[in-house]
Amino acid sequence: MSILVYTESENGKLKKAALEVVSYAKAIADQMGTSVTAVAVNADNAETLGNYGASKVLLVKDDSLKAFNAKKYAAIIENAAKNEGAKVVVVSSSANSKYLAPLLAVGLDAGYVANVVEAPSSVSPFTVKHSAFTNKAFANTEITTDVKIVGLSNNSFGLVDSGGSASVEGFSPSIPDSGVTVESVDKATDKVSIADAEIVVSGGRGLKGPENWGMIEELAEVLGAATACSKPVSDLGWRPHGEHVGQTGKPVASNLYIAIGISGAIQHLAGINASKVKVVINTDPEAPFFKAADYGVVGDAFEVVPKLIEKLKAFKAANA
Amino acid sequence: MKILVCISHVPDTTSKINFTDGDTKFDTNGVQFVINPNDEFGLTRAMWFKEKQGASVDVVNVGGAETEPTLRKALAIGADSAIRVNTPATDGYAVAKQLAKVVNDGGYDLVIAGRESIDYNGAMVPGMLAGMIGANFVANCISLEVDGTNAKAVREIDGGKETVSTTLPLVIGGQKGLVEESDLRIPNMRGIMMARKKPLTVVEPTDANAETKALSFEKPAPKGTVKLVDADNIDELVNLLHNEAKVI
Repeated sequence: MSILVYTESENGKLKKAALEVVSYAKAIADQMGTSVTAVAVNADNAETLGNYGASKVLLVKDDSLKAFNAKKYAAIIENAAKNEGAKVVVVSSSANSKYLAPLLAVGLDAGYVANVVEAPSSVSPFTVKHSAFTNKAFANTEITTDVKIVGLSNNSFGLVDSGGSASVEGFSPSIPDSGVTVESVDKATDKVSIADAEIVVSGGRGLKGPENWGMIEELAEVLGAATACSKPVSDLGWRPHGEHVGQTGKPVASNLYIAIGISGAIQHLAGINASKVKVVINTDPEAPFFKAADYGVVGDAFEVVPKLIEKLKAFKAANA
Repeated sequence: MKILVCISHVPDTTSKINFTDGDTKFDTNGVQFVINPNDEFGLTRAMWFKEKQGASVDVVNVGGAETEPTLRKALAIGADSAIRVNTPATDGYAVAKQLAKVVNDGGYDLVIAGRESIDYNGAMVPGMLAGMIGANFVANCISLEVDGTNAKAVREIDGGKETVSTTLPLVIGGQKGLVEESDLRIPNMRGIMMARKKPLTVVEPTDANAETKALSFEKPAPKGTVKLVDADNIDELVNLLHNEAKVI
């Protein structure tokens, strides 16, 4: 009766979110007096999961699974959960995990709660806190089924290195035909994605045009951050839809969110509420973002951002 | 092609969120309800299929009588008929179960749902529905073409996008990108008048127990005031981010 956790990898390397979901699963396992079994697909460093609390890793190695496929991956996790008699399955809140989790929930007849932000307040009854109303509120929800699925919000729990070790076992469940075939993937491999990012640098209409995004990208590069934008910017076609942050765009749960030239419409603020520390740079001291931010600079982005890049470079050099 | 568009009845995106009854219920007082924005993109795409390729478009909502104005709006935008499953939307699983019955009874080829509703954000109903009815499923769909029983879709993934091919019957979780925002339909007077005559069928629910139960709600802790840093003293901002906030 272990806790099962699905750990995502990319190009053979476990993602940071994978280590976070294992850390989280370990906290639940401790509450329930059981152990953590992880499922990994094509990961080259699966034994690393032991450091974060997994005692066993079921490793699937299969070239036909190189491209993510929700139905196939859900079948693997379902199979592992049944083999292990898992009562709780933990996944992340990545686009792929959110794709497979509802299919898994139907397969396991399990209640599923997404966007969970804390360890369960109680494991009997099983009650978790999760964001709702696009981060304008939280709900405390009980999962009433025998098997439970928890989708952990990225960056909400953090990594807990417990220094343990895990046995890695090969796992080859039967995988069903999927009705969906991946034809091509178009991904900027050298860029940090918004979902994975600990820091997000975001630009708004105050930047006046797409030609001015160089400094946003430079600031993001110095910080190892992902770039994002407000809705008007993606509507104007200055930046791709995939960078739009807000209620109808992507939610951001980073440790640091830097908003440059964004006034802070309620729909935008809802999308970034889950970020821990918010910095705003804006010429208008009345911009609503100043009410939501932790730190603010009233000033012209074209003067402030180059200075910030320079100071951060100096800071990094001094702390290297 | 027979298309069903799932419509969530949600608070307007600018709504202030409050709770009542000891923080156990959403406070609807003064809240304007609208078609879930993600569903609006899907509805407009369904209209495109109807007009360009020939399709019938029904809309469905699981909820009480208070959701009917939202369904009427979808009819005014151009849907042919509406179905309301007469039961409160308790959780994603129970809603998906009700929708599965509607899809099976209606023999739909394509079900378009929003990626997620902007109230509970679970992003689970479209996938659960697909799993229950054995249809193919594409989440975070930003482009959809259908040719006969074949479909090509583009979906947003973390850090990029992915093109997939699949077949009908199909469920998608759609979002912004499925159509341009500037192409979203606004009901005109003729549409509103016609919507009054279009069928809105109320069906009684099938057995579906919720698997989760929201016990209480809370709002984020109130924020302190912003700490302003002089634009000529950016060293101070770096210092605060490192030593106080500890995020760099």
